Amino acid sequence: MSPKKQTGKGRRNREKIIRFFFFGVALASITTLFLIALFLFVEGVPIFKVVSVSDFVFGKYWYPTDDPAAFGIFPLIIASIAVTLVSSVISIPLGVLTALYLAEGASAGVREWVKPIVELLAALPSVVIGFFGMVIVAPVLQEILNIPTGLNLFNASLMLAFMSIPTICSLSEDAIFGVPVELKEASLALGATHWETIARVIFPASISGICTAVILGMSRAMGETMVVLMVAGGAAMIPTSLFEPVRPMPASIAAEMAEAPFHSDHYYALFATAIVLFLFTLAFNVIAEQISHRYRQVGAATL
Amino acid sequence: MNGINHKEGVAFRRRFTQGAMFGFFRIAAVINGAALLVVVYFLVARGWRAINWTFLTQPPVDSMTKGGILPCIVGTLCLSVGAIVVALPIGVASAIYLNEYARPGRIVRIIRLGINNLAGVPSVVFGLFGLAFFVVYLDMGVSILAGSLTLGAMTLPVIIGSTEEALRGVPDTYREASLGLGATKWQTIRSVVLPAALPGILTGTILGLSRAAGETAPIMFTAAVFFTPSLPTSIFDEIMALPYHIYVLATAGTEIEATRPLQYGTALVLIVLVLGLNLIAIIYRSRLRKKR
Repeated sequence: MSPKKQTGKGRRNREKIIRFFFFGVALASITTLFLIALFLFVEGVPIFKVVSVSDFVFGKYWYPTDDPAAFGIFPLIIASIAVTLVSSVISIPLGVLTALYLAEGASAGVREWVKPIVELLAALPSVVIGFFGMVIVAPVLQEILNIPTGLNLFNASLMLAFMSIPTICSLSEDAIFGVPVELKEASLALGATHWETIARVIFPASISGICTAVILGMSRAMGETMVVLMVAGGAAMIPTSLFEPVRPMPASIAAEMAEAPFHSDHYYALFATAIVLFLFTLAFNVIAEQISHRYRQVGAATL
Repeated sequence: MNGINHKEGVAFRRRFTQGAMFGFFRIAAVINGAALLVVVYFLVARGWRAINWTFLTQPPVDSMTKGGILPCIVGTLCLSVGAIVVALPIGVASAIYLNEYARPGRIVRIIRLGINNLAGVPSVVFGLFGLAFFVVYLDMGVSILAGSLTLGAMTLPVIIGSTEEALRGVPDTYREASLGLGATKWQTIRSVVLPAALPGILTGTILGLSRAAGETAPIMFTAAVFFTPSLPTSIFDEIMALPYHIYVLATAGTEIEATRPLQYGTALVLIVLVLGLNLIAIIYRSRLRKKR
């Protein structure tokens, strides 16, 4: 046993321990995710002793503080879906077109200015956008459209759109940049214009990445809290027009949690609402994951 | 003759379509820029009058209808620094494992799935989790500690993402040179890879800091309160915070109209803080890229 060999062994052991340590820390994210799910379920499931799962999800009346209380979150689910869909009608075209502009249309100099703008838009705190929607946009909407309140489904969707545009834009841009340059060159060499190349080659080649971007942007819109809390109007009813106040799930949770007595039915019901919201966003993320995994662009050969 | 005309017509149509589509791209980009400008313009135009020395250095008085926002500024600084203290070591270590140690496989895929899904968890769900786990189960109470841990969990994916990008930017030749000289993997990471990736990690940290400073929903039930008479003295104190203060003044006060100037002022301070941090990160990063 030479001393040199021993140090070699010691070094190897130390390396193993360090590697194991990093592995342990890397599990923190998945552990946190697991803990989130666990605590939502522990604190949310007791409500199902009071109402059945289907009455909770499909119940049309949300009167958590009445006696007897009604715990039906169907209007809240519909409101969440409605603001997400309406906002995506605005954010998908704007986000994808801006991404195309950044990746294909803009010169390097312009790009250097537009990209930070999108990043700063992403950085605006949600409470500030909510505040803006409340004090600036709402009165304008109310006056122009002559409606009872400017705090409604449309206003909330508009504000949410500008929160999800940066997500859609930057992820789409990555996808467009990922298209192999040979494809673009081949198309241009065959005489296609730049636009024809974008429409028939670049866009189809990056469509899976763009879909992922859109789904993640919609997931962000659905989970966003402060904007819908301040701007959506707060009425727990199924909306019949774009300009009615609504109460999406995050708004209901954030507004009522402070008043719900600890471990009351209302408290459990809010955690159960969070379970539903969590499952929705989880589903969005898993779908996005599947798309980007299955249709991954490996090279020109996969086209 | 006819054929040539037809050809010219097609060429014109192709050029026209191209011009029109690129016009649409540009309009979309301009709308985004305009949105940012409009928000910033209104907050500056209506907020700057509220900002003076008293506003920045005094606590609120007369049930928050007058006075300043010092406790909110201090609270937001405590929370965002606390979030980074939690998220930075864990995030950097996770990224090191994923980028330096792990081989592609099922375990890495599960870890990445965890990170991506954690990034997608709605902020209000983080708030409920913080309430149930940190505040109640671990008995931390409504405190800076509970708020920082909640915000830290939320910032973790941001830190991991930017650190991984920074690590990927370090050329493999650096690693090979170090390993070739007989350094172990850990020695290589510690003295070669990490120093080279440090600027990128720093940029990510600034972005994480600004993200944590602007969040409201995660701290609503874990750290922030309407009003505290004094500045915090320990990490177990509850605090006021800028985002929550805006929300409270704008929606729950009894004098919503009268405190409008204070609301604009607070919002302006918050976006100066958040956009300032982001600008620093953006400028720093573009300088770094030019150096390379």
